[in-house]
Amino acid sequence: MHARTDAADTAPTWPDDIFATLQRFDVRQVPYVPDAGHSKLIQRVLASPSMRGIPLTTEEEGVALLAGAWTGGQRGVLLMQSSGVGNCINMLSLIPILRFPFLTLVTMRGEWGEFNPWQVPMGSTTQSVLELSGVKVLRASHAAEVPAVLEAAAAQAYNALTPTAVLLSQRLIGAKVFTK
Amino acid sequence: MSKANLLDRRQVVSTLLANRKDVVAIGGLGASTNDITAAGDHARNFYLWGGMGGAAMIGLGLALAQPKLPVLVITGDGEMLMGMGSLATIGLQKPSNLSIAVLDNEAYGETGGQTSHTSAATDLVGVAKACGIADSRAVTTMAEVEVFAKAVHELSGPRFANVKIDSASVERILPSRDGAYIVNRIRDDLGFQPI
Repeated sequence: MHARTDAADTAPTWPDDIFATLQRFDVRQVPYVPDAGHSKLIQRVLASPSMRGIPLTTEEEGVALLAGAWTGGQRGVLLMQSSGVGNCINMLSLIPILRFPFLTLVTMRGEWGEFNPWQVPMGSTTQSVLELSGVKVLRASHAAEVPAVLEAAAAQAYNALTPTAVLLSQRLIGAKVFTK
Repeated sequence: MSKANLLDRRQVVSTLLANRKDVVAIGGLGASTNDITAAGDHARNFYLWGGMGGAAMIGLGLALAQPKLPVLVITGDGEMLMGMGSLATIGLQKPSNLSIAVLDNEAYGETGGQTSHTSAATDLVGVAKACGIADSRAVTTMAEVEVFAKAVHELSGPRFANVKIDSASVERILPSRDGAYIVNRIRDDLGFQPI
């Protein structure tokens, strides 16, 4: 495992790859509940003239928001941490019923060198919960594969109305380090 | 049990939608979606039969996508209580074209009339105001409903109204249950093509 690092010279560039893909697919509304793994992407979104970053109080708000956005002619993407997937479950039922494009990017906790046991139960069921709710799951574990995974996810979500989640693994993000 | 001097839900909703022009109306899970149907089916009606707690957020997504279009969410106290955090999200985004009207009968009418939090403790107007929705009104008369109905067309929101209604059961008038049809009908009316 490797530790998270925020130093500018070693900052990861995969969040920039994600941002570029979202921009190319004309994503306009970006609801999110913050996560450290999403911090750079959130910064890019909030600085973007074409995207609107929308902080949520709980992740399920984002599912309903994306339904409304699509009804009004805009695409969106929901950014959250694996814990948030559990908060979404009932609202995910809107996706097959209303048939709107759904893409979510989920930063994973509770795996790959996790320090905090409280993250493990939800992190362990995140993929199954999504799949049981009718959402296809793709995963990116290495920076080099992020562009291709994002491209595939956005294409199938927006072109084929296939509800899709990309799990950004803790191996990619770096396990959170707790120091005294 | 009906208390005196409370408003009739059907009269409230038909007044809110009487001169709707280009308004998109979203009805929350429960009787409010039937009230919207009773006021007249319309291509710009968004009927919810599920997703409890999501009505206001659907309204926000639509309002942000179409900032010149008036969007009116009409929901119940129970549905609003489940999505109370969305008032904070809306208070932060401050969409000028979004209005929310809560039909507050202080009860879960669809499930046997159990009392809701608004019957004894929760003040939704206070909640909305404290979340940053400055124009938050407690509505108890039809005259105030008429004033709110006019305000819905002004791009000076967001605005919130908690309308105290009686808890009488009214005839069920049911809209389409086909969600994709409902969404695509609105999209079509707004000029969007199917994928």
